Amino acid sequence: MNCQLATDSVLYANGLYRVVYNLAGSFLPCWLAYVIAGLVIIFILVNAVLLGAAVITWGERRVLGRFQNRVGPNRWGPFGLFQPIADLLKLLTKEDLRPQGADRIVFALVPILMVAPLILLTAVIPFAKDTVLASLNVGVLYILAVSSVSSVAIFMAGWSSNNRYAMFGAARAVAVLISYEVPVVLSLLGVVMVAASMSLGSIVEAQALPFILVMPMAFLVFLAGMSAELNRSPFDVAEAESEIIAGYHTEYSGVKFALIQAAEFGGVGVVSAIAAVLFLGGWSGPWSEYLGWLWFLLKTGIVVFLFIWFRATYPRLRIDQIMAFSWKFLLPLSMISLAAVTLEVYFLRGDDGFLTTADLAIMAAINAVVTVVSVIVFGNLIRDKVTLRTRQPRQVAVPGVPTIEVS
Amino acid sequence: MVTLTDRLDYTSSMINNQAYCLAVEELLGVEPPPRAKYLRTQTAELQRIASHLIAVGFFVQELGAFGTPLMYSFRSRERILDLFEMLCGARVTVSYMRPGGVFADAPRDFWPALDRFLEDFEGELAEIEQLLLENEILMVRTRGVSPIPAEVAINCSVSGPVLRASGINWDWRKQEPYDAYDQVEFDVPIGSNGDNYDRFCERMQEVHQSLRIVRQCIAQIEPGPVRLDLPLVLRPEAGREAYGRVEASKGELAFYLVSDGGISPYRCKIRSPSLINLTIIEHLLVGWKLADMIVSLGSIDINMGEVDR
Repeated sequence: MNCQLATDSVLYANGLYRVVYNLAGSFLPCWLAYVIAGLVIIFILVNAVLLGAAVITWGERRVLGRFQNRVGPNRWGPFGLFQPIADLLKLLTKEDLRPQGADRIVFALVPILMVAPLILLTAVIPFAKDTVLASLNVGVLYILAVSSVSSVAIFMAGWSSNNRYAMFGAARAVAVLISYEVPVVLSLLGVVMVAASMSLGSIVEAQALPFILVMPMAFLVFLAGMSAELNRSPFDVAEAESEIIAGYHTEYSGVKFALIQAAEFGGVGVVSAIAAVLFLGGWSGPWSEYLGWLWFLLKTGIVVFLFIWFRATYPRLRIDQIMAFSWKFLLPLSMISLAAVTLEVYFLRGDDGFLTTADLAIMAAINAVVTVVSVIVFGNLIRDKVTLRTRQPRQVAVPGVPTIEVS
Repeated sequence: MVTLTDRLDYTSSMINNQAYCLAVEELLGVEPPPRAKYLRTQTAELQRIASHLIAVGFFVQELGAFGTPLMYSFRSRERILDLFEMLCGARVTVSYMRPGGVFADAPRDFWPALDRFLEDFEGELAEIEQLLLENEILMVRTRGVSPIPAEVAINCSVSGPVLRASGINWDWRKQEPYDAYDQVEFDVPIGSNGDNYDRFCERMQEVHQSLRIVRQCIAQIEPGPVRLDLPLVLRPEAGREAYGRVEASKGELAFYLVSDGGISPYRCKIRSPSLINLTIIEHLLVGWKLADMIVSLGSIDINMGEVDR
């Protein structure tokens, strides 16, 4: 039973998978080796996502504490590192409530459906050179397809909870997700075009110059769009605690709530990892190529920090303003960015259809100017649109009270 | 009775004390010594700063800013509460002012602490303003939202920052100066549109004016007695009535007292600003979005302890 993984398999690039498969295949049937190797990888990835979510909750609370002149969790473990575990244990002991009139199956499915896409997303993220579960040649498409599952989960949560506020939150979340999907996809098209590949590994290798420099506007649009898709400040209308309690997860408690929270914070981590791969050069960095995971984690951490920074700084936008921001500001910007990148790629690419580092530098120079100009122009346009649109509310007469005229 | 007024609007207990003491003094026909007047003015203005900081902090919190502006506000408020603790031993339920003066003179180390606070507060206030005043999202969310025209504001008899944000120059500290307010110079900031943003800016500006008053009080205060030698149990003449009115941090706060010659008032009517300001809620909310509702409610800065008194 000497099983060897075929070199044309999508899993071949994954070194760990290959080792486990070949080891197990030496004394087990091939199909069993296939399953065992898969389970090992799945075990690692699931735990990476959930532990990553735990670390991000801890980091977010500590960093927010620093932003806000307070300490943050520091009691349990060194620097409060075990705080997420304590939180989880507390949530596990809570009663698992289900509201009256809720749709049992859909209600119970939601937490799973929210965590699953995150774990699926990690399948295509290259953590370091040749360290990826499946180096899909349609990686970017896969990311977009899988990440939009979470909007279905959110709507299911709102629908099945039998709660008006949950429904409000779900409706808001779906509106936001659909609106921001468009500019995000357009900004990713530019990345795919410059890298001439949809595979995340090839995109990292194509970044002789990180794409954040080559296409700063696409990065800005991607960051804003992802911030909205993750329901994070300043676009967190779906769970605006001062308006609609907790939005779509109002009715969730106990372990289901823990999973939803894990999905939210894990989402921050996974999206930051994707941003690091697509725009910040992923695992590429100086010194040794064995330090790829370090650069990858560092870049992911920087993007996570950015998200936390937004949350600490900005108040929340209103839902109509969020829609306006997407359709009137981000969409034109992403289109301009896409058009600029298309023209540049068309004129700069060599006979083999690829771009050299010098070409990337030229693109960076042009796109920097384009970004500054269009952000200023569209920023002023949308500011006028939003701030000038004041309206008079319906006048309410106070019965029996004479009106005093004021000069 | 003074201790009960602390619980009315627990974010500005000093000013509640002041209103009640003014009413009792009118009932008795006495006037506190000048040093007590200055101490009252100064502590009332410090309390106004603290109260406005809470109002602004929670206003922005309700806009969805996750805690940062609130913690910035509370940092400065804590310092003010520390100062109150030096004055009277309590932080929130102070009961510092008494009929005929104040409970006790400020301890010796109070004045350097106050100077240090004023010095630091400049920077802290600048930080808050830098974060909030020009904040694009805050302006987009609040400008032009829920405007209260001047006529509506008057007809609903609202008072305080909400009235002034609608463009009406009306401040009891100017109209009927009590305590030492006729001795100090300050301006009354006026808004123009009466929208949420104006009400927010009005409070920020009033904090600056309160700082001015506190500085002048420190410069003008002179040594002397701080409390009249009144009997422990006051028995005002039967049948007398008095109306003590102050400009509290949320608006016009007044106590109407009627005496029957006993040790407690025969009748005590409180005109609390929060309750009256809440009556414009229909004008604030009808026709606006759900997301603006809680923000508009925060912009009039009500305190439920005072509404349901």
